[in-house]
Amino acid sequence: MSAGAVPIAPSAKRRRALPGTLVGAVIVLGASLALAFFPSLFAPYDPTAFDYNAIMQGPSWVHPFGTDNFGRNMLSRVIHAYRIDMQIAVFATTGPFVFGSIVGALVGYVGGWVEAVFGRVVDAVITFPFLVLVIAIVSVLGPGLRNMYIAVGVVDWVFYARLVSAEVRIQRRLDYADAARGMGYGHTRIIFRHLLPNAITPAVVYLMTDMALAILLGSSLGYLGLGAQPPAAEWGVLIADGKNFMTTAWWVSVFPGIAIVITGLGFSLAGDALADLLRVNR
Amino acid sequence: MREMPLISVEGVSKRFRFPRTAPDILTGRSPAAVHALNNVDLEVHRGETLGVVGESGCGKSTLARCLVRLLEPDEGLVRFDGQDISLLRPAERRAFNRRVQMIFQDPYSSLNPRMSVRQVLSEALSVHAMRQKADIPARITELLGLVRLPADAAGRYPHEFSGGQRQRIGIARALAVEPEVLIADELVSALDVSVQAQVINLLLDLQERLKLTVVFVAHDLRLVRHISHRVAVMYLGKVVEISPTEALFAAPRHPYSKALLDAAPELDPARRTCVAAARGELPNPLDLPAGCLFNTRCPFAFERCLAERPHLSNRGPAHLAACHLTDFGKPPPATIAAQ
Repeated sequence: MSAGAVPIAPSAKRRRALPGTLVGAVIVLGASLALAFFPSLFAPYDPTAFDYNAIMQGPSWVHPFGTDNFGRNMLSRVIHAYRIDMQIAVFATTGPFVFGSIVGALVGYVGGWVEAVFGRVVDAVITFPFLVLVIAIVSVLGPGLRNMYIAVGVVDWVFYARLVSAEVRIQRRLDYADAARGMGYGHTRIIFRHLLPNAITPAVVYLMTDMALAILLGSSLGYLGLGAQPPAAEWGVLIADGKNFMTTAWWVSVFPGIAIVITGLGFSLAGDALADLLRVNR
Repeated sequence: MREMPLISVEGVSKRFRFPRTAPDILTGRSPAAVHALNNVDLEVHRGETLGVVGESGCGKSTLARCLVRLLEPDEGLVRFDGQDISLLRPAERRAFNRRVQMIFQDPYSSLNPRMSVRQVLSEALSVHAMRQKADIPARITELLGLVRLPADAAGRYPHEFSGGQRQRIGIARALAVEPEVLIADELVSALDVSVQAQVINLLLDLQERLKLTVVFVAHDLRLVRHISHRVAVMYLGKVVEISPTEALFAAPRHPYSKALLDAAPELDPARRTCVAAARGELPNPLDLPAGCLFNTRCPFAFERCLAERPHLSNRGPAHLAACHLTDFGKPPPATIAAQ
C-alpha cells in the first residue's frame, strides 16, 4: 500500500428517501400551528359572537360546521380552539420531557441501587391510573389549565425517565463510552454530549405520542369542567357544550371531535417520521 | 542499573461477581465470580512494544482495561511512572488519561455514531487544551494525514467509513492528545487480513516517529511476533511466561506457551504435526483449579502442580516463566554455544 491517503468509497454518500410520514406530519402539524397562531385569519366569524337568528343550524355554506345553541359559528370556535389545544400539547409535555430525560440519563448512567430504587418509584407511579390521579390533583388544586399542567407534570416525566434510563444503560456499556472515559472526559460531558444524543430517540418519538395524549387529556378535563374554562374555545369544552343536543344537533360535538382526531394523527405521523430520521447509522 | 519501568502491574486480580441469587443468600454462600485476572505481574518499559497473547477469555482485555483505569483491580496495583494510578487526584488522573490512551477492538462500537470525525478530534484537543482554538482545524488535518485519511474525512460520520478507516480514526483520536503509551486491545482482529497489514504498519510507523510505548493485546501469534519486542503469555488471568520475543518463539519455557505456539498452523507442510499440545478445554473461570492453573491440560503435570501455584521465576536474560519444571524447554547447551 502506498503512503497516500485512501479515498473514501463514493457509495458512502447515500441519500435517504424522504419518509412519506414526514410529508403528512408537516402538512397536518403545519396547518395546525398556522391555525393556532393566526386563528383570526382563518375563522370567518368571531367565535364568541352570539347570533340569535342562527341558533342550532346544521352545516351549510354560511356555517360549514353549523352553529351552537347561542348561534356561535362552530367553524370559528373549532379554529380558535387550536390555540388552546396546541398549547396544551406543547406545554403539558415539554417540561416532563426535559426533566424526565435528564433524570433518566443520570439514573441510567449511575446505575446500581439508584436505578433499582428509581425502578420501584416508576412502577408505583405507572400502576396508578393516570387519569384518576390527574383528576384528583386538579380537584385539589382547582380547575384550570395551569393546574392541569402541574398535575400532568407530576406523573408524566416518569415515562421519559424510564425510556431514557433504559437506553443510557445500554449505551454506557458500548466502547465509545469507555473511550470517552479513557480520554479523561468528565461525567457531565459523557452523559450529555456522548450518551444522551444516542439515547434520546425513543423519548422524542414518545414525545409526539404524548402530545396527542395531552390533547386527549386536556379535552377530557375540559369536558369534565376541570381544564379550560368556558367560554374559552377548547375542543373538550366544545364537545361538552354539544352533549345535551347530541341527538338533534350532532355537529356541535362531532366537528371538535374530528379536529382532535386529525391533530392526533398529525402527531403520530410526526412520531413515525422522527423515528426514521433520528435512526442511528452504525 | 535498569531504568524504572513506565508501567508496572503488581499482583493485580480482578473478579466479576454475579448478582447474589436466592440460593446464595439461603446457604450463605458468596456469589459466583469470574476470576478474570489472578495475580498478574508485568512491567512495560519506555519505548518498547509488549505483546500480550493468550486464548479468548484469558483476561487480556480485562488487563488492558485495568491499565487505563477503565476497571479498578480488586487486588494489587498498577503504577504508571512510579505512581499508583488508583490514588491519582482528579487533575493528575486527567493527565494520566492523556498520557495513556487505549484503542479499542471493535471499530463499530468504539466511535460515537452521532459525532463527526471533526467533533471527535476537536473535543479531544480542546478538553485537554492541546491547541489554541484557532489552531485546532490545522491540527485535525495534520492528525488525519498522520493516519492517512483524506482531509475531507473530517466532516463525515463514522458510518461512512470502512472498518479499517474507523480503526484509524480511533488511532487519530488517541494520538490527538499526544500520549506516551498506546494500549491496543485486539486492534486489528475485527479487520480483513489485507487491511490488518495497513493498520499494523501504520502503528509501527507512528510508534517509531512518535517514540510511543505500545501494549499490543492480541491472539494472533504471528502478528505479535512481527511487532513486539517482548511478549507476555497469559493463561486464565495469569501471566505464565514473559520474555524477549525471539527467545520465546525459539524456546518457550512454559508448557502452555509451547502448546500455544504448536497450535498455530504451520505454513511449511513438512513441519506439520498432528500432535495436540494441550488437552481439553479451558477450565471454568468460575471455579479455578487448585495449584497450577494449567494443571488440568498440561501433559507434564505432577503432584506439586496440583498443590502449589508456581510463580514467575528467572529462565534467562529477561525471561520469566511460571512453571515448577524449571528446565522445561531449556535449549541443549550446544545451541547456546552456537549463539
